[in-house]
Amino acid sequence: MMQRDECFRVLARHVGDAVVVSTYSSAFEWLDLGERALNYFSVGAMGLDSSHALGLALGRPDRRIICLQGDGSLLMNLGSLVTIAAAAPKNLVHFVVQNGTYEANGSHPLPSTGLDFAAMARSAGYAQVHDFSDLGNFTQQAAHVLNQTGPVFATLRVERSRDLTYDYPKIYDPARRKALKEALRD
Amino acid sequence: MDADLVEDTRDKIKLDGAAIIAAIKQSGIEFILSVPDIVTSGGLLRPIAREASLRLIRVCKEDECIGIASGLCYCDKRALSLIQHTGFLDSINAIRGVAVEYAQPICMMIGLLGHDPYTSPRNSPRYGVRIIEPILEAMGIAHHLINEDGDIAKIAPAIEAAYASSQPVALLIGRRPS
Repeated sequence: MMQRDECFRVLARHVGDAVVVSTYSSAFEWLDLGERALNYFSVGAMGLDSSHALGLALGRPDRRIICLQGDGSLLMNLGSLVTIAAAAPKNLVHFVVQNGTYEANGSHPLPSTGLDFAAMARSAGYAQVHDFSDLGNFTQQAAHVLNQTGPVFATLRVERSRDLTYDYPKIYDPARRKALKEALRD
Repeated sequence: MDADLVEDTRDKIKLDGAAIIAAIKQSGIEFILSVPDIVTSGGLLRPIAREASLRLIRVCKEDECIGIASGLCYCDKRALSLIQHTGFLDSINAIRGVAVEYAQPICMMIGLLGHDPYTSPRNSPRYGVRIIEPILEAMGIAHHLINEDGDIAKIAPAIEAAYASSQPVALLIGRRPS
């Protein structure tokens, strides 16, 4: 089993000018690694991260779009796996960070914790599917995963890393949305 | 024959689907995001699926439309969500968060399933339809009824205003477009 912050540190080495969509615990842990205009946090409702990422991927096919979605969030929008696979954006890399809990809402367990999201993504029709539970293997494969022709799906099996401070006004600051839009016009 | 293609011979007033699609294209819309709705299926969704200048993204559940449209908006791409009023009701939290609180120009075309087009939506025989306009007003979302051909001229200005002001808009389809 991996730690989420360790996985994100690996990803941060490779993201370049990709747009990174994330929410809740993933968003705060990702933001701890540094500010970037190309972070997209304002998804408005739990579960919609993958849908926002699809919109970005369709709107900017020239740019890599990375979604860091929690397992609780994906469960609220499982149909998006089917929608994304059908729309088939080549530039979308969709990670589900699987820790089996609604961490931002008190770390209560999901109704079921033994889910195989990679199998769901494969069944939905993603072009590439991965399932990582070993940090060494993920470190070795991360650049390859991020550069594959999508839609790419990867499960990151993690345990809760540490206590987080949920500063929502900080990540939902309207200035971030303005900066993102301007960055995407460059 | 598929249910959406059976003509309602009782309704003597027409709503021209081709003219609605022309107005959508005139508005700079490039993407249609949709879950099928029997009101708009035959007159709008089927021809849109054949329309080369509009990219149709079929989604599994209507709130996906709100996220996808927002992502497209950051890329300066215009989208229209073509959904049923039940899907609008199911998506209210997404619309609250993305469209209203984050002030995104989410444009929705909403079929009023079960509505009697000879009454106003507020006086509809269907409870689900009667509550749509009051909900939109409580949320501060601009809305327009597209019930007959004369209403089609409202579509392009409404979408243009939504993008100019970065605010959502709802276009309510009161009868089956031909």
